[in-house]
Order: sequence, then C-alpha cells, then structure tokens
Amino acid sequence: MRYLLLCWCLLFPVFSYAGQAKDIAEDPVLEKRMIGLAENLRCLVCQNESLASSHADLAEDLRREVREQMKKGMADQQIIDYLVARYGDFVLYDPPVKKATLILWYGPFALLLLGCMVLVYQMKKRMKHIREADFSEADAKRAAALLNEAPEATQSKKIKDPQT
Amino acid sequence: MMRFILPFVVFVVLSAFLYVGLGLNPHEVPSPLIGKPAPAFNLPQLQEPAKQFSPQDMKGKVWMLNVWASWCAACKDEHHVLLALARQNIVPIYGMDYKDKREDGMAVLRDTGDPYTLVVSDTEGRIGIDYGVYGVPETYVIDKQGVIKYKQIGGVSQQIMNEKILPMIKELQSK
Repeated sequence: MRYLLLCWCLLFPVFSYAGQAKDIAEDPVLEKRMIGLAENLRCLVCQNESLASSHADLAEDLRREVREQMKKGMADQQIIDYLVARYGDFVLYDPPVKKATLILWYGPFALLLLGCMVLVYQMKKRMKHIREADFSEADAKRAAALLNEAPEATQSKKIKDPQT
Repeated sequence: MMRFILPFVVFVVLSAFLYVGLGLNPHEVPSPLIGKPAPAFNLPQLQEPAKQFSPQDMKGKVWMLNVWASWCAACKDEHHVLLALARQNIVPIYGMDYKDKREDGMAVLRDTGDPYTLVVSDTEGRIGIDYGVYGVPETYVIDKQGVIKYKQIGGVSQQIMNEKILPMIKELQSK
C-alpha cells in the first residue's frame, strides 16, 4: 500500500504538464506578430496593462480577434483601425495628434516656453534692481566712514569685512 | 501684492483641474460608436435559439440594447431599474446575454424577473467586440434610424435613467 502511494506521489509532476497555456497559436510567427502589435495596445479592462500582457477575458478575446484578422491577411494598420473604430483612441498607447490631443502633445512645450519667458522677465527685472543699487560717490564715502568708525562692533557681529 | 495674487491664481486653477480630473471615472471610455449606425448582427434568441434577431428588425423604433450576463454582479444592481422601466412600457428593452451559458442566463431571468422584450445570446462575445463592450453591463439607446445615441458604461441607476436616458428616449421618439 505504501509503495503504491509513493508511486502515485511520484506521478504528480506528470500531472502538472496538463495545464499548457491554450493561448499559444499553432503559428509562432503569427503569434510573434500579434504580440508585437498587442504590446502597443491598451487593455480596456486593466487599463495599465497592454493587450499582450493582460489576462482579462476581453483581452483574450481581442487577441483571438487580432490573430484571426492576421490570418485573413489584414495589415497591422487595418487591425488597429478596426479596434479604434470600436474602442476609440483609448486603445492606443501612442495617441494620434488631433484637435482633442493638441494640449497633450504640445502643452508641455507651451509650459516650457511660458516658464522660459517668466524666467527671462524676472532676470531682466532683477538686473534693473541691481543697477539701481549702484553706490554713488557719497554713499561709498559714507560706508567707508562707518566701517572705519567701529571695526570692533562689526567684528563682534562676525560680519566679514573684505577691506580688513 | 502681485507676488501673492499670482501664485494664488495658479493654485486655484490647478486645484480646479485636479478637482475635475480626479472626479472623472477612468473606466468610462468615451465610445466612438455614438452617432454611428448600430453594428449589424444576427444572433440566436436566448429562449428560442432556433429564431434569430437582428437590429435591422428594429428600424423605425427607438429601442434599448442592454448587454448583461449571469456572472456580472453590477447587472444584478441595475436589474430592478430595468424591470421598473419595462413595467412602464415606454421603450422596448432588448437584452444581449454576453459570454454566458444559455442555462445560466435563462435561470437569472426565471429567478429575478425578465425586463426584456427579447434576449439574444452572444456566447463568444464577438458581437460584444463590435459594440465596443469592455465591461458589462452596458446599455445603448438606438434611434429610429438605427443610430446609437447613447452608451451607458456600467449599471444604469434610477437617477441616470430618470435624468439622462428617459428624457433622451422621449426626445428621440417624438422625432
């Protein structure tokens, strides 16, 4: 009895072969092409997964659909158009440039330009301020007089004096 | 003063964008099918598989197509809304039993009531793909010319029914 049980247990690895992924098509070239295409398409159920990697039921169905259309000899672009007609641009990870996506495509550049403009404006403003603060002759004399008058007081405040 | 006002304005604008943006449901993907003719199909009826149904048969009528399944939890939530609508007899509701076993679909209708004029079964979900179905339940309003006018993704609540779907159906019927 014990040996029988042992034999049965040894058979376990054999059973584990049973569940081969059923998704793999007979034609590996076509499968590769399908995966290549599906990697750039979004699964609508798990939206952060591509159609190629998603395990959602719908993704499986759509992969089957793509496979069948490839077998019919349809071009990649035709298949993409087929999916976009049903699910919208949302299935594309690379959205086309059109009216609704203009902000998406060019917004960041517009923001960059705006940022540069603000930066230049601020820097120009600051330049003006600095020039206004130029010492006049009288100011320089006054400053020198002050510095000479109380060198110890300034030192005790630990202010570095470039002249001493 | 400007140095306070400007950042404040930027903050308010940004908050407004975030408020609207975060309030949107990312699972509601706008359907490209709205305004397009409802895709044609020929599917066996759930109750009598020998008979077929095609949207062609509905020309000249405003109708609703509700995609559901026995395995779908949200479908159970909207079921009473559909039942209430069916009792009012305003619009025919056609059901599409999506990727479901025939017996399971029939059991749901037998146990919880049947709001549908007729149900077709899309066992393999192929017609569902043509209609851009990606999460049942989904409900379509189709006008007299056979054009899809509205798509509800997810369950129909009584509020959506009263505020969006019913006014639209009445408007389409008067055309």
